[in-house]
Amino acid sequence: MSRKLTRRTFMTATAAGAAAATFKFPTPAIAQAAPFKLGLLTVKTGPLAQGGIQMEQGVLTWLKLHGNKMAGRKVEFISADTGGKPAGTKTKAQELIERDKVDVILGPLAAFELLAISDYIREHKTPTLSLAGADDITQRKPNPYFLRPSATSSQAMHVMGHYTAKEMGKKKAICIDYDFAFGYEQQGGFQAAFEKDGGCVANKLWVPLGTPDYTPYLAQMTGIDVLCQGFAGSGPLAFMKQYANIGLKFPVVTGETGGDDALLHAFGDEALGMMSTCPYTLDLDTDANKKFAQAMFKNFKVVPGFYAAGLYINCDVVEAALKASGGTTHDKEKFMAALKAVKLKDTPRGPISFDHLGNVVGNFYVRRIEKAKNPYGLKLWNKTVKTYENVSQFWTWPEKEFLAHPVYSRNYPPLKKC
Amino acid sequence: MTFWLLLTVNSITFGSLLFLLAAGFSLIFGLMRIPNLTHGSLFMLGAYFGATFVGGMLGMMFNFWVAAVMAALLVAAFGAVIERLLLRRLPGQQMAQVLVTLGISFIVADFCLMVWGGDPVAVATPDTLVGSVRLGPMIFPIYRIAVIGIAVVVAIALWLLLDRTRLGAMIRAGVDDPDMARVVGIRVSRLFTIVFALGAGIAAFAGVIGGPILTVYPGLDQYMLPLALVVVILGGSGSLLGSVVGSLIIGVLYNFGQALLPELAYFVLFLPMVLVLLLRPQGLFGRFIP
Repeated sequence: MSRKLTRRTFMTATAAGAAAATFKFPTPAIAQAAPFKLGLLTVKTGPLAQGGIQMEQGVLTWLKLHGNKMAGRKVEFISADTGGKPAGTKTKAQELIERDKVDVILGPLAAFELLAISDYIREHKTPTLSLAGADDITQRKPNPYFLRPSATSSQAMHVMGHYTAKEMGKKKAICIDYDFAFGYEQQGGFQAAFEKDGGCVANKLWVPLGTPDYTPYLAQMTGIDVLCQGFAGSGPLAFMKQYANIGLKFPVVTGETGGDDALLHAFGDEALGMMSTCPYTLDLDTDANKKFAQAMFKNFKVVPGFYAAGLYINCDVVEAALKASGGTTHDKEKFMAALKAVKLKDTPRGPISFDHLGNVVGNFYVRRIEKAKNPYGLKLWNKTVKTYENVSQFWTWPEKEFLAHPVYSRNYPPLKKC
Repeated sequence: MTFWLLLTVNSITFGSLLFLLAAGFSLIFGLMRIPNLTHGSLFMLGAYFGATFVGGMLGMMFNFWVAAVMAALLVAAFGAVIERLLLRRLPGQQMAQVLVTLGISFIVADFCLMVWGGDPVAVATPDTLVGSVRLGPMIFPIYRIAVIGIAVVVAIALWLLLDRTRLGAMIRAGVDDPDMARVVGIRVSRLFTIVFALGAGIAAFAGVIGGPILTVYPGLDQYMLPLALVVVILGGSGSLLGSVVGSLIIGVLYNFGQALLPELAYFVLFLPMVLVLLLRPQGLFGRFIP
């Protein structure tokens, strides 16, 4: 983990250089002798810390299971805390790229953080794999150095909107979410898919991040038959508790953050029956997932959720690309092409591949929170009720038609009269 | 109708919680002239302690009220240590004191993250106060109504302490004129420790009481601190009545602002603070100009 140039590494490097000069080693051998530098931008303080810490645990679990090696190269892992603020993200990204000279960046966590560094990583041609939403980075303003193996902000919500209208038969919804890009894109996705299948969104409410009391918003929930929330971190917990306390009983649907498996241990009975759509589900019965989840549980005494799984899968993808490119990332264009060409059959979330814009095509799981037996002794459990296979970021719309619309925002799609 | 009623009742509940948070802040600010930036952290620390005691620790589960008192005592002791060891060494140096308290707030935040992790922690509502009551057309959780009662009890207790006891008289003397108080033989420096510990204890108590409503999570400290600040600036530092009125006003502005003018919620919340600072810098009921 040492970042400093110690005497020993200096000597080794000099020796290697001298040896290379003398014996003319083939170049890849030198590249492979140097450790592969993996940087992580995450959030370990503030209201988003819950997901951020899981992100780091996901990477650490992967490294531990793979003997700290990626495609045969030793990994030097450098983790940076952005504080969940765009300015901090920019600073830490600069440190990782310019000081630590990382080969690949994983993260950041939040859509607004990613937007803050998108131009910067493009300038420095640093391959970046994140689970941050910010739809347009793989849509209307694609960043060629960005790959998203998790989901766009709206990808899971498209599925949720469809399911809510078609399978739950709901007609009229209110959406409530954070007052920033991730919230707008989540609820825009829900609204578009829900209304395509015959539903109608009566209102969308925007809440500042970190709000301790949701009651002023809850007071406005009337005349609907379903509620869609998109909170993250500590938000879903406080929200569901206050929602139940005030006697509201409309079914609640949510995306990957609102029903995150990592929150199951903290939820109480107020969360029973909540439906969520997620690109990862803890109850997926495959060997890859069991291996990952059990290792997480063993290492950190927690069950993994969307954030940990997302970063673990990021590592799977980087390793696959590294193998395909012969263990080197020197040719950035070639490495990015290798990343986008990755097709994995057996990740903890099931099979994944990428579209030409660098966004994942994969399975999405609709789950219901129930009291059920589970291997981790949790009181509550997300039980998968339906799996949607090979979902793209465009849902069922043709790509051209989808991209002709503006990106989901505070006011798009506009509200109709219900 | 339900909408207005719900917001009104919730304004009073939230105001009550803010009062519990701000009362100690106001005392410390009033007497010691220190804008204590650890106050949000003490609130959060209390909430975490409370959650741990209620949820079970070393095989023992504590009653909610016992847990609240224990958390308050623990954090009060921590407050006394901060005052004795750090603030005491920086008398009259406001900037240094502000920076020290800010520094401690970061340390506490990291400590909480280390001990309790990033996961949000729910504090169980005390059994006797679980459930909701019907108030006319609306349903309102019993616990939130109880919070109003708790705030009233604390307000009366503080009023008795400040108005009817010798200690209270000494504190008031210290607020009004610390130099003169010293001259007549009041040990103002010992008063500082007592008041800082008391303020810290009340903040922690408020944290436990707020726990079942807010849940506890990293960042709660930084969210609550400006609210305490705005209450005290509005009501006037060192004044109990100021804290009561200030927190009720902020409770109302917070609730109605977010519901009716969500885009301007913070504007509505902090505008009165700006006006008060410009027109009446000692606050509505303040005893001195900070």
